[in-house]
Amino acid sequence: MSTRIDTRFAELAKQGRPAFVTFLMAGDPDAATSLEIIKALPRSGADVIEIGMPFTDPMADGPSIQAAGLRALKAGMTLKKTLELVRGFRKDDNATPIVLMGYYNPIYIYGVDKFLADAKSAGVDGLIIVDLPPEEDDELCLPAMKAGLNFIRLATPTTDDKRLPAVLANTSGFVYYVSITGITGAAAADSSAVSEAVARIKRHTKLPVCVGFGIRTPETAKAIASHANGAVVGTALVDALKNSLDAEGRATDKTVDAVAELTAALAQGVKGAQQAAE
Amino acid sequence: MNVAKPNSYRSGPDERGHFGIFGGRFVAETLMPLILDLEKAYTEAKADPAFQAEMNGYLKTYVGRPSPLYLAERLTEHLGGARIYLKREELNHTGSHKVNNVLGQIMLARRMGKKRIIAETGAGQHGVATATLCARFGLECVVYMGAVDVERQQPNVIRMEMLGAKVMPVQSGTRTLKDAMNEALRDWVTNVHNTFYCIGTVAGPHPYPTLVRDFQSIIGNETKTQMQEIEGRLPDSLVACIGGGSNAMGLFHPFLDDPSVEIFGVEAAGHGLTQLHAASIAGGRPGVLHGNRTYLLMDADGQIQDAHSISAGLDYPGIGPEHSWLHEVGRVKYLSATDDEALAAFQLLSRLEGIIPALEPAHAIAKVMELAPKRPRDHLMVVNLSGRGDKDVPQVGDILRGKK
Repeated sequence: MSTRIDTRFAELAKQGRPAFVTFLMAGDPDAATSLEIIKALPRSGADVIEIGMPFTDPMADGPSIQAAGLRALKAGMTLKKTLELVRGFRKDDNATPIVLMGYYNPIYIYGVDKFLADAKSAGVDGLIIVDLPPEEDDELCLPAMKAGLNFIRLATPTTDDKRLPAVLANTSGFVYYVSITGITGAAAADSSAVSEAVARIKRHTKLPVCVGFGIRTPETAKAIASHANGAVVGTALVDALKNSLDAEGRATDKTVDAVAELTAALAQGVKGAQQAAE
Repeated sequence: MNVAKPNSYRSGPDERGHFGIFGGRFVAETLMPLILDLEKAYTEAKADPAFQAEMNGYLKTYVGRPSPLYLAERLTEHLGGARIYLKREELNHTGSHKVNNVLGQIMLARRMGKKRIIAETGAGQHGVATATLCARFGLECVVYMGAVDVERQQPNVIRMEMLGAKVMPVQSGTRTLKDAMNEALRDWVTNVHNTFYCIGTVAGPHPYPTLVRDFQSIIGNETKTQMQEIEGRLPDSLVACIGGGSNAMGLFHPFLDDPSVEIFGVEAAGHGLTQLHAASIAGGRPGVLHGNRTYLLMDADGQIQDAHSISAGLDYPGIGPEHSWLHEVGRVKYLSATDDEALAAFQLLSRLEGIIPALEPAHAIAKVMELAPKRPRDHLMVVNLSGRGDKDVPQVGDILRGKK
């Protein structure tokens, strides 16, 4: 079974360039603006779009993404509305892969089977659920694969060679390598360490490996992307969005452009990178 | 609820850390190798007589165990029913039951070669116990505490600082215990190489609920022996307050397979169950937070709701997973006490027995005030007096003076 994610990475491999993966929070700062931002991403150079599902207690996220989730929740965002956002995006774009990223509880409460059916029909391609390690695969990973959605696993610096096979076993779409031990938006990734880690993961899988956490600038994006199949940027985009808001945290006429401009600059960086040797 | 009754209530969890559907290991991949290491280290330590002997030595000479089982004669007389025994955990070094678990975890951390200890704390009792043992063993100690709790539990903040710990006020979310736990997890994920996370209650990813329970079970085991010595038999009922539920689990677990013993857990009903409260079983449903599936307070979208209790130690929107299971299988009855009921119990115990309880066990005393009068005079009721009230004196003083 091939998903939009598989198709997109196959195209990029043919072009010999890494993917630029963006992350923004669904409903930040409000549902309508959020849809406009997400629509602007592909034309600004995003190859894959990750959309955060807001949660009150995001244990792996730094202050920027925590605040983005709280802005979205305050503006009335729910998981159901996140799926509507994807549905809205899919009206004009049937090619760009959409990956939902977040924590398990809202999905568990929504109902796993109902969520997978609704996500698939809305046009979601993959899921990254931070608090579901392979030890809990029965919960969502296996049902998601059955429903035709990619379950994208995080591999981290603490995932050693002994553990990697278990982590990769039920992973599909791509592997998300977390370049640092830490929370989102914290430290900068060291590109030589990343290069080694990606090579190590690639000894265990044929899946594309994208690298995230700690990438903020076009330069870092370029450096990291040259060692991987893609670079993920989240916090820097969320910060650009936040800096465009008014004093009450509402969208202004600059908000969509602020995100689009940084996306374009980062995309330039990523696209300047040579594809990592397969 | 239709849940199969097990042959034993004491055999859990299974190898994946499940008590029925509850428990589990819902953590980020970065932490997964660490909790597997911890599980391995704990299994080895448990089987090592030297580890047990060393721990027993410190429990006796440093913590001051066994803690007395005390017949509260004037409270018994006042309530006119069951004979009420207090398990005096408040007499432990550091003033609460928390030290039993912290000692065990710090010894595990030493065994694992970890030099930096982090902890979350609500009322500050777990933070104080952690700071104390880190001082004793020369370990770096960082305690995360919600900014709201820093404010209302100043005496404990000062104690932790005097003991050399760094107290980090947490400004995110509701700025209480749940956010302190989020922030501790964020620290752990960042400092995996040298840091041991000393969790204060029977919650979090497997194996924490089990190892904290095991370290706290000394409370119930002593109670069993002591009651046998005093009355020549088992108690008829047990009562303990529950935030995450470690003092309750410690008292209850050794008695779970004694069917004649009625067991009551008391959650914090805050302003009342129809308003802001912290009673996860009474007002919540199963969800996933902080590494485990358990009863949680949340909205229809699965967003975690603010808990409220006058007691910082109970102000948490969840409960340990084994409690959720014991609720579903019906072995333990979960009741709740409001802020006002706890305040009344706080004053009653102070005046009748000369014991100022912490606000947390004051919730248990509040339910004893309801349960004891309905039971015969030969009924033996044990309540876990899990902490002393020194830390609450300024807060309760303000409330009582404000009410006058």
